[in-house]
Amino acid sequence: MLFTSYSFLIFIALLFVIYYTIPKKYQWKLLLFASYLFYAFAGVKFLGYILLTTISVYLVSHKIDKLHQMRTQYLSKHKGELSREEKKEYKLSIKAIQWKWLLFTLFINFGILAVLKYTNFTIANINYLTQAFGNGRQLSFWNLALPMGISFYTFQTMGYIIDVYRGKYAPEKNLFKLALFVSFFPQLIQGPISRFDDLSKTLFKEKSFNNKSVNFGLQRIMWGFFKKVVIADRILIGVTTIVSNPDTYQGVFVFVGMLFYALQLYADFTGGIDITLGIAEVLGIKVQENFNRPYFSKSIKEFWRRWHITLGTWFKEYLFYPISVCRPMLKLSKFSRRIFGDAIGKRIPVYLATLVVWFTTGIWHGSSWNFVVWGLMNSLVILVSQEFEPLYERFHNKFKIQHTFGFRSFQVARTILLMSSLRLFDCYRDVPLTFKMFGTMFTNYNVNILFNGDLMNLGLSMADYIVLLMGLVLLLTVSLIQRNGSVRSQLEIQPLVLRYAIYYSLIIAVIILGAYGVGYDSSQFIYNQF
Amino acid sequence: MKTKRVLISFVMACLLLGSLFLMERLLMPKYVSGVVEGSLIEEYYSESGKHDVIFIGDCEVYENISPITLWEEYGIASYIRGSAQQLIWQSYYLLEETLKYEKPEVVVFNVLAMKYDQPQNEAYNRMTLDGMKMSPTKLKSINASMLEEESLIDYLFPLLRYHSRWSEVTKSDFQNIFKKEKQFHNGYYMRADVKPVESIPKGRKLPDYQFGDNAYYYLNSMVELCKENDIELILIKAPSLYPYWYDEWEFQMEKYANKHDLQYINFLELIDEVGIDFNTDTYDAGLHLNVAGAEKLSKYFGKILREEYQIVDKRNNYDYVDIWKEKITFYNDIKETQYAEIDKYGSLQSFGGNGE
Repeated sequence: MLFTSYSFLIFIALLFVIYYTIPKKYQWKLLLFASYLFYAFAGVKFLGYILLTTISVYLVSHKIDKLHQMRTQYLSKHKGELSREEKKEYKLSIKAIQWKWLLFTLFINFGILAVLKYTNFTIANINYLTQAFGNGRQLSFWNLALPMGISFYTFQTMGYIIDVYRGKYAPEKNLFKLALFVSFFPQLIQGPISRFDDLSKTLFKEKSFNNKSVNFGLQRIMWGFFKKVVIADRILIGVTTIVSNPDTYQGVFVFVGMLFYALQLYADFTGGIDITLGIAEVLGIKVQENFNRPYFSKSIKEFWRRWHITLGTWFKEYLFYPISVCRPMLKLSKFSRRIFGDAIGKRIPVYLATLVVWFTTGIWHGSSWNFVVWGLMNSLVILVSQEFEPLYERFHNKFKIQHTFGFRSFQVARTILLMSSLRLFDCYRDVPLTFKMFGTMFTNYNVNILFNGDLMNLGLSMADYIVLLMGLVLLLTVSLIQRNGSVRSQLEIQPLVLRYAIYYSLIIAVIILGAYGVGYDSSQFIYNQF
Repeated sequence: MKTKRVLISFVMACLLLGSLFLMERLLMPKYVSGVVEGSLIEEYYSESGKHDVIFIGDCEVYENISPITLWEEYGIASYIRGSAQQLIWQSYYLLEETLKYEKPEVVVFNVLAMKYDQPQNEAYNRMTLDGMKMSPTKLKSINASMLEEESLIDYLFPLLRYHSRWSEVTKSDFQNIFKKEKQFHNGYYMRADVKPVESIPKGRKLPDYQFGDNAYYYLNSMVELCKENDIELILIKAPSLYPYWYDEWEFQMEKYANKHDLQYINFLELIDEVGIDFNTDTYDAGLHLNVAGAEKLSKYFGKILREEYQIVDKRNNYDYVDIWKEKITFYNDIKETQYAEIDKYGSLQSFGGNGE
């Protein structure tokens, strides 16, 4: 059930009505039912996977918690009897058991994800190698279907079990509440990746109908639809034309396609998240923001703090830090400092951890080399920027232009261009082809296509370009207004006529200008496939 | 305070719904030029007077039968409820709907639609279904006609289907937003131009000649419906040279008609008797008849209706005279306009001709 399908709209409309008419104690139960119903629409056969994740995490989290309690009880019971060493030893022995249970859960759940998502990728690589160097025997591909949202719910749930293991919070006692946390439908297919202590504050709470919250939620849903169906799905036509005909569309076309895709991905992903957060808001549930005006970032590093925030946080907390402080890494750190000296030696573990995180980020996005290379290229840019920082500092000390509008604009434009260039790997989905097409931007100076009408042959009419331009201006305006706080709060204090004129314009724009229905190849959200 | 809030909400809701309604009216295709056939179905509702004969089917009825000729020659009041590529279930539901408005003596169904067992084309679906008034019958027809990529909600709220026409809106869309001129009379689509038959394409071999179960289901339903309402059902195959009418299909129709004690007339076998000359009586090389051909066919068929079905001549019936007088004037005006255009430009310019 696509977010932009009529069936989904009917589904959420019915849910909203029922949600606020039933006794409040049943609200979270209704959400659980709705989430599983939503999931079943994607295929009843996939329910097994999400159930397995939920049950395994539930049981293991309680096992780990029981060990926590056992440890506490034992230590308080034998307070004064045990030496410091004995206490430490006991704690370590409990930790070791907990660690085994944690590993077991991570292995099961990441194992399912790995098998379903990466088996055929692995087979393709083995086949390539046997073709090149071996006897040429080819393995057959497995017929595997990826359950909806598995990357998102697996990460969210594994974050939960790691937090329980770390003792950040106690595990959820109620299996069904945990099941709702894992399957909460608005965020199931494209995030955000929530943390239990954050989401549970409002997810299970009994809610009364709150006019403001419902209004704000509906406005955000509508804004999400605008971004998705008016901008993203419209510009998709142009992107597809350029990307699927690399022999025809080179040079400036690649540049145009690159910018188109930057706009498409932004409108698509943030639009989807707006719908998710809007639905949650109508239901009185607070879900973490996933974007913070990323295209205003002045560096790639900053960009990644403002784009897909929850995924970045997940990797930082559950992968980067653990890798950075794990025993082998500490050993490597000592070793490299001894061999290469402090300056280089201290960098090696950080670089390694960064590369691992970005390799994983890449492969999380898709089981193909283009994503791996995309991830590694991101880390390369980040590390190189980091290395150049002293140089930048000297430059800024000398020229004092760091805080000028012109320089800040240059930084923003540079970041957008860099990010867009890297995303060519996502567009072409083929590493050599991506490099080739990137190269044509510097060898094929067909600037005339911007003026000779060739842009009209990309499947977009003049009317489409006008809509896109207006959409872009609107996105920019909203982002600028957001600097002073919530747009909806600022709108709320405007005169009634102006307010309604804006609401209605948005609704009518979505209905009239949306690229949906017969004649349009309605597309799913880009991040649904991850 | 609360009353004021409710009032404001009500006014705002009305404003939104009103705007959406206006948008819908504006963006829906008007079918007043170019593909005018899209107006055929809806024009029935502004029809006055009853009919002795109702024709149902696709272009092989609405372009090949002239109700005015049937009136002028035999005093038979008839109406064609047909539209482009009208599928058999659409014909059935149109008949079901028509019977709610009137009860004819005879229903004539053109059997070419038997070749389609499944929904075919969204654009044709819309031309048939958009024109129907909302009713349970229409919903059943939509349900039977929808392709996989279509959805019921698009039919209930056509704005969702036609929203993308915003960039194609013309002056005509504004002019015809609430009311539009009649394009036809009695469901007949007149063409006066001529394009002779040069060669008749042979039918390519089909993997299976058997009409589908779905098509038979609706034909059976039509037979039942006519029986229940005490209406004579006649099956015809219009004298259009293509789409090709296979012998295997002919055999099935003959067998069916015999089994159900129905009259089945294949006019392809009566071309000489009817007097159709495919050098002068078709406007698209044999696919459809022009007005000259339609008048010949109607004269011939009228005789059958009069002699075999004893339909009473209504030409002296005052309930009919004035209505048909106006129709004849309209018919002759269009015919004259078309001939004038052909004389002036060498081909038809309006009425779906070259100029549109």
